[in-house]
Amino acid sequence: MLGLNKKDTSLLIVVALLTMLAPFILNPFPEGSAMAQFNAGYPDLMQRFVIFGIFAIGFNILFGLTGYLSFGHAAFLGVGSYSAVWMFKLLSYNVVPAIALSVVVAGLFSLLIGFVSLRRSGIYFSILTLAFAQMSFALAYSVLSNPKFNLTNGETGLQVYADDPQILQGANAPDLPHLFGLPMRSTYTMDLGAWSFDFNAGYYLCAVVLMVVFYLAIRIFRSPFGMMLRAVKSNQQRMNYTGLNSKPYMLAAFVISGMYAGLAGGLMAAMDPLAGAERMQWTASGEVVLMTILGGTGTLIGPVLGAGFIKYFENIFSKINDNVLHSWFSFLPDGLEDAVVFVIHPFIGKGWHLTLGILFMLVVIYLPGGLVEGGQRLRGWFRRKKKGADDAPSGKTEPAE
Amino acid sequence: MAILRVKDVSKRFGGLKALSDVNLSVEENSVHAIIGPNGAGKSTLLNCLVGKLMPDTGSVLFDNNSVLGLEPFQINQMGISRVFQTPEIFGELTVMENMLIPIFAMRDGAFRMHAYETIASEKGIVEQAEVMLEEMNMVDKREMHAASLSRGDKRRLEIGMCLSQNPRLLLLDEPTAGMARADTNNTIDLLKQIKEERDITIAIIEHDMHVVFSLAERITVLAQGTPLVEDTPENIRGHPKVREAYLGEAA
Amino acid sequence: MDAILLQILNGLDKGSAYALIALGLTLIFGTLGVVNFAHGALFMIGAFCAVSVQKLLNLSFVTLDETQKDFLGNPLKVETPYVQSWFGPEVGATIIDWSVPLAILFAIPIMLMVGYVMERGLIKHFYKRPHADQILVTFGLAIVMQEVVKYFFGANPIQTPPPEALSGSVDLGIMIGFDTNAIIYPIWRLVYFAFAVGIIGAVFSFLQFTTFGMVVRAGMADRETVGLLGINIDRRFTIMFGIAAAVAGLAGVMYGPLNPPNYHMGMDFLVLSFVVVVVGGMGSLPGAVLAGFLLGILESFASTTWATTTIPGINQIIIYLVAIIVLLTRPRGLMGRKGVMEE
Repeated sequence: MLGLNKKDTSLLIVVALLTMLAPFILNPFPEGSAMAQFNAGYPDLMQRFVIFGIFAIGFNILFGLTGYLSFGHAAFLGVGSYSAVWMFKLLSYNVVPAIALSVVVAGLFSLLIGFVSLRRSGIYFSILTLAFAQMSFALAYSVLSNPKFNLTNGETGLQVYADDPQILQGANAPDLPHLFGLPMRSTYTMDLGAWSFDFNAGYYLCAVVLMVVFYLAIRIFRSPFGMMLRAVKSNQQRMNYTGLNSKPYMLAAFVISGMYAGLAGGLMAAMDPLAGAERMQWTASGEVVLMTILGGTGTLIGPVLGAGFIKYFENIFSKINDNVLHSWFSFLPDGLEDAVVFVIHPFIGKGWHLTLGILFMLVVIYLPGGLVEGGQRLRGWFRRKKKGADDAPSGKTEPAE
Repeated sequence: MAILRVKDVSKRFGGLKALSDVNLSVEENSVHAIIGPNGAGKSTLLNCLVGKLMPDTGSVLFDNNSVLGLEPFQINQMGISRVFQTPEIFGELTVMENMLIPIFAMRDGAFRMHAYETIASEKGIVEQAEVMLEEMNMVDKREMHAASLSRGDKRRLEIGMCLSQNPRLLLLDEPTAGMARADTNNTIDLLKQIKEERDITIAIIEHDMHVVFSLAERITVLAQGTPLVEDTPENIRGHPKVREAYLGEAA
Repeated sequence: MDAILLQILNGLDKGSAYALIALGLTLIFGTLGVVNFAHGALFMIGAFCAVSVQKLLNLSFVTLDETQKDFLGNPLKVETPYVQSWFGPEVGATIIDWSVPLAILFAIPIMLMVGYVMERGLIKHFYKRPHADQILVTFGLAIVMQEVVKYFFGANPIQTPPPEALSGSVDLGIMIGFDTNAIIYPIWRLVYFAFAVGIIGAVFSFLQFTTFGMVVRAGMADRETVGLLGINIDRRFTIMFGIAAAVAGLAGVMYGPLNPPNYHMGMDFLVLSFVVVVVGGMGSLPGAVLAGFLLGILESFASTTWATTTIPGINQIIIYLVAIIVLLTRPRGLMGRKGVMEE
């Protein structure tokens, strides 16, 4: 279907089902029950799942296929957000031109940065992208927010004010981001017994975009171009001696992933018309790296899983506080309960970053293939248990996904 | 007619003169071996031919076009393919993919943004790769990762990748270095077979006398960065100067 | 003229910090071949060694002074630091006053240990892994270190004042023949600069004049060959990692009085120090030091009112701009050698 083989088609269908039915899937616990705090089916969080999924899919096209580790991709996300908000300010609150511009601007910006950074490889490349991202952050934070030339509005963040031109904004159009009149914030809540499910317009826009870009990523992975990118990762020397110029391949991959990041930034602004410099900071770049490796670098579904995993646990961990912990462990004797809570305390609430850092290390050390590899290992383990020892694993290696 | 002409090439590394006034021609459709003791400048010369090094003086003409100052990929596109001392292949890719890449490079040039087509839809190229795999006797290994091949198979695959581009000149850099005798003989047979079946010029840099004398039609002996003699294998074998410079070292 | 000199002097303190961190980074790079993204965190830990020492020395017990009353008429609570009760009020006060320099003694063993544990426990397993993995795992470690410090010391910067005697400013201008008040310079900055120069000198002479240093330098040039000579490189490299950690830590200890330490200061310095290493030339120790000072001074010039009014915010981006220009024109950096970290 759609020019994909059977395996990829089913993968695409699974992703489509997951995203379309997410409001149900993510809200398995009845409203008001003790477990309701583990629900993730509210619009804001679902939007974040999908937007960061898009960001990570794009990052994976660069890092997963070519092995070039960029530490500056947050810059493209930030640029995308700024572009989108400027479209809101100048044209109208319609999200289509805003998102289109964010992709274009991020693409141009990544072309520029990629052109310079790709003159060096390996560790130099990582440091260069990092330096560029930090420079962009500094530019957005202070340099471009002076009274003479205020492009980013510095610390406050760029937002739409009442006196902005908005030349195409119709009189009846909603006064917040909308898709041809359908406000991104509009949510239909369906109550089913004790359960309640939110269907949010913004989320569904993001989800549709995710499916389109996921499909495009599959096409890239399966194309001759994708094969060339894997060849870059595998052996650049052989590539050059085979008559291929690796530079434009790299640059193309860099720009594509920059455009994905810009798209994510544009969508972020479309959900909430605000753009701040902190989106460009290198910790944000580090986060997308983490999502990608946690999910499984170089796999199709990995980055989406990684993004969902991290955003979900960020949300849950940040919500948990000592009171919640005490209620969980109240079955323990008092002293032990306090001790357990004391031990867990540094990792929850504001300590989420500590958990994240530890997770980061554990994944790199023990599971370089990420969740996807973990899943495969588990599956292999179960299979071996089932089949018993009589048939040894076949020596044939499967092609990398 | 000479397909490759090296004229007065010199190359210094700091105080060391690696090549001085090297003159050499490789005739079309011949097998030309360049031999010499360690440090004679064989690898330096090879690197000057493929764009990795830039000689200080002199010229290198391939089919009457200068290759100096060109990138390796440009030189490859002119029709020179190189086989490395240790096989350079795409280890993480499958054998089939390894074979597809050079064929794509031949058809599409140094860069093409074919990001939306699938590989399977490129029927002509897939077919060519399959033919080549068959010729290299590797059909049964097509889905294996190239890194998991045996040393001999890696060498075979690399040669196959180079041949799939129908190069006019095939450069081999000590193709049997570090190989067991059986693998060496297999490689010699493969190269002989290649020579019989196609119109191709082969230039080979080699240390192993057995390989050189089984394959070469002409031999250039390099010593201390200068060609000592150039002649047929029969004449080289008994040449006093060569014995002194090269074989004397082995004794 | 005096304005120029003043800006050069102003750049020395940051330049010193950059140079010291970049020196450690380069040592680790050159010897272990590892890219250490946690090096900034080591600098930060050094600074918090000073904070801890200051806190420890200020540990007090409370006594009630019946002779004095507070405004409610209750006996006044008096806090006496233990050091004062042990060494007498005056000596005790002096010790507390000199807590930052004293912290050096405390920081050296701590940093050597942190370095040792880090190398043996984590970095060692990453020698053969790709650079990307090294970057990622040390990045994770940096986050962990930073969050742990935040957990114990809080998110706000903590004042670590210099000793009273070294806290004022001196009029340097007079000493070298300028007008009075032309060049007023804080003493601690001079101290920091001298300290940095001392450490750099010590590291260089250690590498230059000891057999240990000779082996390390040989190992930096060609690890394999030295390994073939039957010299146990690994053990020496572990020690080298400890030294690099100590250098970063000491740079942090003494930096406190210039800028109150906070948990993310390491990250801020790390990015810039990497840029410094790249500008200086990967694997070149003199390059790292030179580039550190150069960029520090350049940043100071870019921070002048004249510069910031001409191009607003130039001080924030100048280092990155220079790095980009250097990398495009001299890809190996100012003093980089061929073949170092070039895949």
